[in-house]
Amino acid sequence: MCLAIPGKIIELDQNAQMALVDVAGVRRKVDLRLLQDDPPVADDWVLIHVGFAMSKISEADAADQMQTLTMLGEAEAAMQEVSGYGLENDVQGESGKRWKQ
Amino acid sequence: MKFVDEFRAPELIAKAGEEIRRLAVPKRHYRIMEVCGGHTHAIYRFGLKDLLPANVELIHGPGCPVCVLPMGRIDDGLALGAQAGFIFAAFGDMMRVPGTHGSPLEYKARGMDVRIVYSPADALKLARTNPEKHVMFFAIGFETTAPSTALTLMRAKAEGLHNFSVFCNHVTIIPAIRAILDSPDMRLDGFVGPGHVSTVIGCRPYEWIAEDEGKPVVVSGFEPLDILQSIVMLLRQLRKGEAKVENQYKRVVPWEGNRAALRAMAEVFELRPYFEWRGLGFISQSALKIRASYAEWDSEQRFSVPGVRVTDPKAAQCGEVLKGVLKPAQCKLFGCECTPEQPVGALMVSSEGSCAAYYNYDHRKPVTIASAASV
Repeated sequence: MCLAIPGKIIELDQNAQMALVDVAGVRRKVDLRLLQDDPPVADDWVLIHVGFAMSKISEADAADQMQTLTMLGEAEAAMQEVSGYGLENDVQGESGKRWKQ
Repeated sequence: MKFVDEFRAPELIAKAGEEIRRLAVPKRHYRIMEVCGGHTHAIYRFGLKDLLPANVELIHGPGCPVCVLPMGRIDDGLALGAQAGFIFAAFGDMMRVPGTHGSPLEYKARGMDVRIVYSPADALKLARTNPEKHVMFFAIGFETTAPSTALTLMRAKAEGLHNFSVFCNHVTIIPAIRAILDSPDMRLDGFVGPGHVSTVIGCRPYEWIAEDEGKPVVVSGFEPLDILQSIVMLLRQLRKGEAKVENQYKRVVPWEGNRAALRAMAEVFELRPYFEWRGLGFISQSALKIRASYAEWDSEQRFSVPGVRVTDPKAAQCGEVLKGVLKPAQCKLFGCECTPEQPVGALMVSSEGSCAAYYNYDHRKPVTIASAASV
């Protein structure tokens, strides 16, 4: 729950409230509304908490963060969390089934 | 995953360790509290206290949301969730936390509809896909997770989704720090400030700690180097007789915080007059309740809550450990009656709880500066 998971924005939804992100190869939808004052674009990196992108970070910091999670023994929990996000079928998103891994 | 399991920048880690030794005045004993449970986990996992001189002591703070939740709130949430037609949804961290009559997982084994969710938005989705059920999300967390709960409630209201409610246990970090500073048996020299909470609230809310209490605060990242650098920054201030708020985690934490997150929280939540914390007792204005304008989506305003108050098991000394008065291993139950497999207290459940961190990592081979530099 307190994990901060780094992900890369692949594609924004039409209303830019949600985005498809890639976290170490797993692609899931996350909510972008906490970044509405400084909206990310495709290829930006973000830190994700419980399905919501909370801050923009650099690519190098994203790699460091993933390494920290690995060192803390939490990388698996982080991937489980991301895989568990079920926001694809959120009313805001278009049909997200094609993204399911 | 191709990430290597080793310290990044071992030579910088060794340098930070040397700098800490240089700055710490030998005849003085430093007590530094890391507020955040994520830091506690990292400190044990990386064996960082082995890199510190004996007179620089790290005290583990109250920043583990699962750990500070009193058992009565768990009982209340489970009593609500056990009603016919309810789905009890919570983060995985909550599932093994013991209530008086068992954990959520044990209630599930007895037939209650308990679901693990990874995001509050997923709990909302459960409500959409189960229109005949009432989905109650058991919300916990500091300011890191509260904005996500707020946005989820805003969406529930916008959609007019009435079979969804939140049992809100969100707490705020600043009053807990104040309670610890007011505690007569606690003497602290400075604080390693929480990283992700500060992403939301920024650094200003800590200024009173420096200005009024004369204690330095350094907001820190979670890598071994971040934590050691933060300790260096604290010791530098203490050496100069200064007390100010510094931000070591600038790459993630803006000084002003995340305004969109703060707006969402202000829209949905207001401060409770008081809230009970495990180990710290009742602390005024230390938790969030859902505003009357969202009463329809507040489990407490919508349903009858038993209002259970439970004292912790007498032999367990969770409160003293939470306040940093006792080390985990000094508790009578530690490692015998209370283990991560069979936890008695919540500090043994969460990976961010100091007892679980201590149990899992403290028996490992001590890390020395030489071995840190050689990995």
